[in-house]
Amino acid sequence: MRTGYDLELVHLTKRYGDTVAVRDLNHVFSPGSYVCFLGPSGCGKSSTLRMIAGHEDVSEGSILLDGQDVSRLAPAQRGTAMMFQNYALFPHLSVRDNVAFSLRMKGVDKSTRHGKANELLELVDMTHLADRLPAQLSGGQQQRVALARALVTEPKVLLLDEPLSALDPFLRIRMRSELKKLQRELGITFIHVTHGQDEALALADEIVVMNNAVIEQAGPAREVWARPKTEFVARFIGGHNVIALADGKATVRADAIRIAGEGLPATVVAVEYQGAAVAVTTRTEAGDEVLALLPEEQFFAAPMTPGEAVRLSWDESGLHRLRS
Amino acid sequence: MRLTNRQVIGWLEAAPLTLVLLAFLIAPIVMIVIVSFWGATEFSIYPAFQLDNYEFLFSSPVTYKVFGATLKYAFITWALTLAIGFTVAYFMAFHVRSQTVQIALFLVCTIPFWTSNIIRMISWIPFLGRNGIANQTLISWGVIDQPLEWLLYSDFSVILAFVHLYTLFMVVPIFNTMMRIDKSLLEAARDNGASGLQTLLHVILPLTKPGIMIGTIFVVTLVMGDFITVRFMSGSQRANVGRLISNDIGLLQYPSAAATAVVLLCTVLIVIAILLRFVNIRKEL
Repeated sequence: MRTGYDLELVHLTKRYGDTVAVRDLNHVFSPGSYVCFLGPSGCGKSSTLRMIAGHEDVSEGSILLDGQDVSRLAPAQRGTAMMFQNYALFPHLSVRDNVAFSLRMKGVDKSTRHGKANELLELVDMTHLADRLPAQLSGGQQQRVALARALVTEPKVLLLDEPLSALDPFLRIRMRSELKKLQRELGITFIHVTHGQDEALALADEIVVMNNAVIEQAGPAREVWARPKTEFVARFIGGHNVIALADGKATVRADAIRIAGEGLPATVVAVEYQGAAVAVTTRTEAGDEVLALLPEEQFFAAPMTPGEAVRLSWDESGLHRLRS
Repeated sequence: MRLTNRQVIGWLEAAPLTLVLLAFLIAPIVMIVIVSFWGATEFSIYPAFQLDNYEFLFSSPVTYKVFGATLKYAFITWALTLAIGFTVAYFMAFHVRSQTVQIALFLVCTIPFWTSNIIRMISWIPFLGRNGIANQTLISWGVIDQPLEWLLYSDFSVILAFVHLYTLFMVVPIFNTMMRIDKSLLEAARDNGASGLQTLLHVILPLTKPGIMIGTIFVVTLVMGDFITVRFMSGSQRANVGRLISNDIGLLQYPSAAATAVVLLCTVLIVIAILLRFVNIRKEL
């Protein structure tokens, strides 16, 4: 269905001189969803985001938002708002004035804009620090302020450029659940650029995997994880083994590999205890590395050490053919 | 009281700078302050503690006129160097994208400093004179019939020379501060709907204030302490405090010169104190 604030990329291309950063992207984002752009650095995900935001010129193609071509509009006229990687808070303004900045630019009077800013600060639970300067806040608090400042413009699409990369791991997990909660409450589209597959899986309704300036695969998080289309996606999304078979390549999930008395011969290379599971890395005779994720109890019932010869097996139904 | 080793080493480490400052900053100022209370006749000066020099200084209308002129030069020069310096620094920091070009342009700005102040100043004289290049060109274009008298040996030429000499002192600190502004702040401002002018007024200007203040202190102190520019460019027809002091020294009236110097020093310190009330420059140092 094509209603609401749906965002569409049409033949979107970005060139820097001779290099193509984004090549001919076509994609429709379903409205009100949490979308993660996933890919290694330099794959074009940030360029795509910055083009949607209007901070990068579009070389070719268009960006449609709500049925209107916004690709030549100024950032503030598009109905998008961006949250920057380092938050880009104005260091000379208090938290409240940072959030109220866009209203001030529009000429909204002081009491109205402060009222609105207070509402947004309430939303991100930062009311008690409204009079502080950004330098007096922790990373997580700065991020909430940046979020409030982006949301005060009432965007249809919120663009987040690696928003969690500056935080420590604990805070990252907390902030990511807050982002998800906020997105559900507001019901607007969030587009979140990340290179962390766990972050993308945890957050996204839809994952768009990019590599070498093109979209490798796009779809619901579960689908991308369960049925990667290409070897790149299977390797990047993690938890998969790529095995060369006689009729092409296939993937098997690491937790679907069994180590038993029969099957493909291999040697244990490394054993890593991960708590609930034990990761056993093996190498087959063909030289492929195969990771087996065994439940803890099962592993310690029959422990293995590196150098040991084992045999790997899996159910034929767990085998997923890759597009070559 | 016994000093521990650590304390001794600490004192030793601080000693060289302390000695340099004592010998070359504190001692001369103390000397000037002491001499400013001495007495003088037409042919001699004698140690004393009397307020005659200050009394004479504060009772003479010339003093007020000359201090007024000095402040006027400082203010006009400040305003012009700030306008030019800010524009140049803004251009180099935000319009020039390539760092190589930025460095090249910055070096171009310093080229005038390869010659001495005096030479740069004097080279204006053949340009601005009654039969100088400026007047001849304007006459040949038919813009004027008579040579312009106010081009040289006037407040105009004095301020022109000051601006020429000291604009770089405004450009450097402002450029330096601007280069430290995170470029994503400008994008964030644009994302929040700020126009170019609004970004300038609400983001760049407030963040550049410390640089502006450092440039201001340079320019104000240089102009207020100057005497040679005023002498050359006004053809000795204008006065400022520096010239007052230099005249006294020429007449061997050291106590009177010292008193004027002390008052000038206090004036400059007061001006800087007022400036520092507005902006905290510690972050920049």
